[in-house]
Amino acid sequence: MSYYQPEIECASREKIRELQSERLVRTVKRVYDDVAYYRKMMDGQGVKPSDIRSVDDLYKLPFLTKDDLRDCYPYGLLAVPLSDVVRIQSTSGTTGKRVVAFYTQRDIDMWDECCARAIVAAGGDKNDVVHVSYGYGLFTGGPGLNGGSHKVGSMTLPMSSGNTDRQIQFMCDLGSTILCCTPSYAAFLAETIINQGVLDQIKLKAGIFGAEAWSEEMRRDIEARMRIKAYDIYGLTEIAGPGVSFECSEQTGMHVNEDSFIAETIDPETGEVLPDGTKGELVFTCINKDAFPLLRYRTRDICVLSRKECSCGRTLVKMSRLMGRSDDMLIIRGVNVFPSQIETVLLNCGLTSNYQIIVDRVNYTDTFEVQVEVTPEMFSDTVKKISTREDELVTSMRAMLGISPKVTLVAPRSIARSEGKAVRVIDRRKI
Amino acid sequence: MAIDQISVFVENSVGRLAEVTAVLGDAGIDMRAMCIADTTDFGILRVIVSNPNRAIEILKAAGCVVSVTQVLAVSIPDTPGSLSRVIGILSDSGISVEYAYAFITRKKGNAYVIFRVENNEQAEEILAGNGVKTADTSELYEL
Repeated sequence: MSYYQPEIECASREKIRELQSERLVRTVKRVYDDVAYYRKMMDGQGVKPSDIRSVDDLYKLPFLTKDDLRDCYPYGLLAVPLSDVVRIQSTSGTTGKRVVAFYTQRDIDMWDECCARAIVAAGGDKNDVVHVSYGYGLFTGGPGLNGGSHKVGSMTLPMSSGNTDRQIQFMCDLGSTILCCTPSYAAFLAETIINQGVLDQIKLKAGIFGAEAWSEEMRRDIEARMRIKAYDIYGLTEIAGPGVSFECSEQTGMHVNEDSFIAETIDPETGEVLPDGTKGELVFTCINKDAFPLLRYRTRDICVLSRKECSCGRTLVKMSRLMGRSDDMLIIRGVNVFPSQIETVLLNCGLTSNYQIIVDRVNYTDTFEVQVEVTPEMFSDTVKKISTREDELVTSMRAMLGISPKVTLVAPRSIARSEGKAVRVIDRRKI
Repeated sequence: MAIDQISVFVENSVGRLAEVTAVLGDAGIDMRAMCIADTTDFGILRVIVSNPNRAIEILKAAGCVVSVTQVLAVSIPDTPGSLSRVIGILSDSGISVEYAYAFITRKKGNAYVIFRVENNEQAEEILAGNGVKTADTSELYEL
């Protein structure tokens, strides 16, 4: 069994607790002193930094939500001088204002190390060729695994997403051994590789697939078709990016990098902390970050935590596969989509907000359709004019979301309403 | 003189066209002419009716999205080549036709072509200059 940092990954629970307590106390004190927003939140809750003496006191801190991030946009939660920041990454927000996360060089190194642990857990070392087909840019997927691969010392192929023929060409020519991308893209690549008849020229042995929910069946299918082992990876921009947790050889959940992130599960209704083994909303506290150390950030992801012994030897707490969301966020082709963003675009375009989002998965690829009830303003006697308006809508939605839906006009009042409330999302994906 | 054409949004689903036309039929609205433009998602039903104002009112009351457009109704002899002649006059003058549809009438030997152009007055003037008549509302409704 190989580890990137065995002294942490396999540390005793006591040692992890000790490390967490020390880092938590330090982080809380620092953000209370340096960030007005945290100070106000903690004062509002009647909590002083001196009340936080160990991880046992974590529950005393108030929660942070995506709304707080929006209210603080862009610099309100920044905990270091801007001159210390070397990078931002970004993800979509609930109503169009994006979430921007800041990193110092030390933050980047910590994040890269988290991803390096994931790559080593998937069997990677410096002899591997790591093929990164996550998008690069504001999206954390590409930069995260890219950095992790550098730390491991593997040759890194910064492919980014798209151009499937070129991806496969490089895989064959350069002998990629570890593929990093979304599971749906992995499935699509597998199909294309088989159709092109080049499976024998592919040297892949493992895949690290994340940024969207996938099923055990899908894992087995990708594994069988590509003749690889497929590992899950989890993360979110607000907390760092991919590598917040990662899967090991046991493939029964993802180890949380607890030296940097404290994981809790809570009852989404009451906020009460739940014991291990109980399904709840995942909450993270960053204790090893300088620029953007969110405290008790509610991820809205539902899962189960387990501290049972793992056959891989790691002692880090394991989170299960994601079991859903406690809000209405959709993840479509790896991109976060909130129904409220669609509403904002429609209203900005002078349209009523009668719409429905229909998501499905065809051949392992998400389909994304927005049905909009036609209005007199949108309507015309010529097809050309209506098409132009539809195209404008698609362009605005792409600008807001980062992905393009298919826009379909439907008759007024044709979108199903239950108890007077419109059904905004129909998700037909069986994951 | 331009006349009113009513366009109705028709969703691409079975029975939708039947519903829309039933609304008109039930209200005793007589259609003079109709055509349907179809796309993959929806259709546009375009009609010339006996009483446009009332038709619009009842279509809106039935929840339909409608728009009213001024189009030209050109009377032509029901003989081979006469449509081509009219379109030729328009194209020679650089007028492009968005869409057109034709219908014949009970009046023997006569047909009408509905033209949708960008500028009705300009098109009308050019047609008149070439001896082509455009029909007015009363002429169409008396058919």
